[in-house]
Amino acid sequence: MLTIRGVSTSYGHIQALHGVDIEVRKGEIVTLIGANGAGKTTLLMTICGNPRATGGRILFEDRDISQAPTFEIVRMGIAQAPEGRRIFPRMTVLENLQMGATVADPAHFDEDCTRVFKLFPILDERKAQRAGTLSGGEQQMLSIGRALMSRPRLLLLDEPSLGLAPMIVKQIFSVIRDINEREGMTVFLVEQNAFHALKLAHRGYVLANGRVVLQGTGAELLANREVRAAYLEGGH
Amino acid sequence: MRIGNKASAGGGRWLLRACLRCLLRDRFRGAERSGNTTGLAQQAEDRSEATVLGGVEALEYFLQQLINGVTLGAIYGLIAIGYTMVYGIIGMINFAHGEVYMIGAFISIITFIVLGLIGVTFIPLALMVVLLSAMVFTAAYGWTVERVAYGPLRGSFRLAPLISAIGMSLFLQNYVQLVQGARVKPMQPVITGGFEFFQGGGFTVRLSYIQIIIVLLTTALMIGFTMLIQRTALGRAQRACEQDMGMAALVGVDVNRTISLTFVMGAMLAAVAGMMVTLYYGVIDFFIGFLAGVKAFTAAVLGGIGSLPGAMLGGLLIGLIEAFWSAYFSVEYKDVAVFVILVLTLIFKPTGLLGKPDIEKV
Repeated sequence: MLTIRGVSTSYGHIQALHGVDIEVRKGEIVTLIGANGAGKTTLLMTICGNPRATGGRILFEDRDISQAPTFEIVRMGIAQAPEGRRIFPRMTVLENLQMGATVADPAHFDEDCTRVFKLFPILDERKAQRAGTLSGGEQQMLSIGRALMSRPRLLLLDEPSLGLAPMIVKQIFSVIRDINEREGMTVFLVEQNAFHALKLAHRGYVLANGRVVLQGTGAELLANREVRAAYLEGGH
Repeated sequence: MRIGNKASAGGGRWLLRACLRCLLRDRFRGAERSGNTTGLAQQAEDRSEATVLGGVEALEYFLQQLINGVTLGAIYGLIAIGYTMVYGIIGMINFAHGEVYMIGAFISIITFIVLGLIGVTFIPLALMVVLLSAMVFTAAYGWTVERVAYGPLRGSFRLAPLISAIGMSLFLQNYVQLVQGARVKPMQPVITGGFEFFQGGGFTVRLSYIQIIIVLLTTALMIGFTMLIQRTALGRAQRACEQDMGMAALVGVDVNRTISLTFVMGAMLAAVAGMMVTLYYGVIDFFIGFLAGVKAFTAAVLGGIGSLPGAMLGGLLIGLIEAFWSAYFSVEYKDVAVFVILVLTLIFKPTGLLGKPDIEKV
């Protein structure tokens, strides 16, 4: 579904990604783990066209999207809940969901809203509230809910567990599993919380200094000695 | 030493006054000459100097200034919306906005003349046609200005579009001067008459039809505009771009199109202001955009730049301040008064009356 081939990205003179190859197949949860500054967020943003890839190709459903403008990429069926959630703080929860539905057919807005409220009932209670006043966990739920409103075929999630209480992390991960298993949603998940992410994912990649250094199924990576040493021990 | 100083200070004050007089009379001739308020205010000054104002008369005089101020404020408010929206969305002061307003006034006067030539004499129809034509053509200017002067600079350093805007402003001024000539363009009054009340005591309070039209049309436009921003998908997209442009793109908003439309809307409102000024004062020239632009900008800053209700409130306040200052203090210094407000706002309350500092829980 998503094929990333030899993608490089630079910020000015600093090259953040060096020829990354990643494949996400339909119906999979694929996770990308790595330390701070490894280039995980850069990769997700490059998929959405901001910043643009300086080398390599990004194919979504066999179409090259590496030169398409961001809003076109979203229209093709990719949605992202980005790093830092980035909900629109001075809009209500409902308006945020309406923004998420920008590229969707307005005819099924109510249906999609119901679906999001079913996944995150707290958003239903807070729908008239300004999004900037939500707690961190609620904002994360809103960010994911907003991404789902466009009925994407590929969902990109950037560190949904960051800064959240363990209970909330559990809830969010179970929702991710849910939409994958029940609706067959393809998910590409970037995480620092390697343990949770690898347990959830079908396959995983390890990114270090802008390069893919390891890949395998979730279970394989969980058992891998280097992964354990670098990302799991002493942590979770 | 001291005495000499005092004497020279007196001389200096005289010189300053003379200079300012020259400056205001000559440089800003267009605005100075633009009759109505100034005329009334001039008359007012003469009166106040003669101190003939009795109790009842003073009230009537006050009422007249209130009417003039609200009318003026409506016009400033409409222009100020263009500044505040553009600032809200791309964080840039569009210094060419005053010129867009001036072009709106010119398009109005040209349309009036064309309608006169082809023999359209039914005034409500003529007004509608002029309104539409001014909005459409001025919007085209607003769109083009953004595409030519600001769009290519997006992502550049912050000052670049600002400098480009100043260049655009100079260009448009000179372009209109070349094409239309430097002379003041008069227009015969289209809407005449009005109400007169409190005639006793030698002072008549006048509320002209044109003033009523200006205030009503402005109110309607502002209500419609607020609804557009609050309720429609386009308004939501604009607010989203204002809050987080990158994220707006990530949910599928075409950011460039949204920015262009913001300029188009601002230009349309400025065009309405231009048309109303043409009808109200009856004279325009290529330089009216400068002063009106800076004053509307002051209004936007006073109300809180980036805030839509702030721009409306700021416009109203600046209109009132200008009218009352002219009436009770000095007409020569009315522009100075407005700019002092700008300076004071920037020093003591840079966020303006309704602007909020950005504190959000993230």
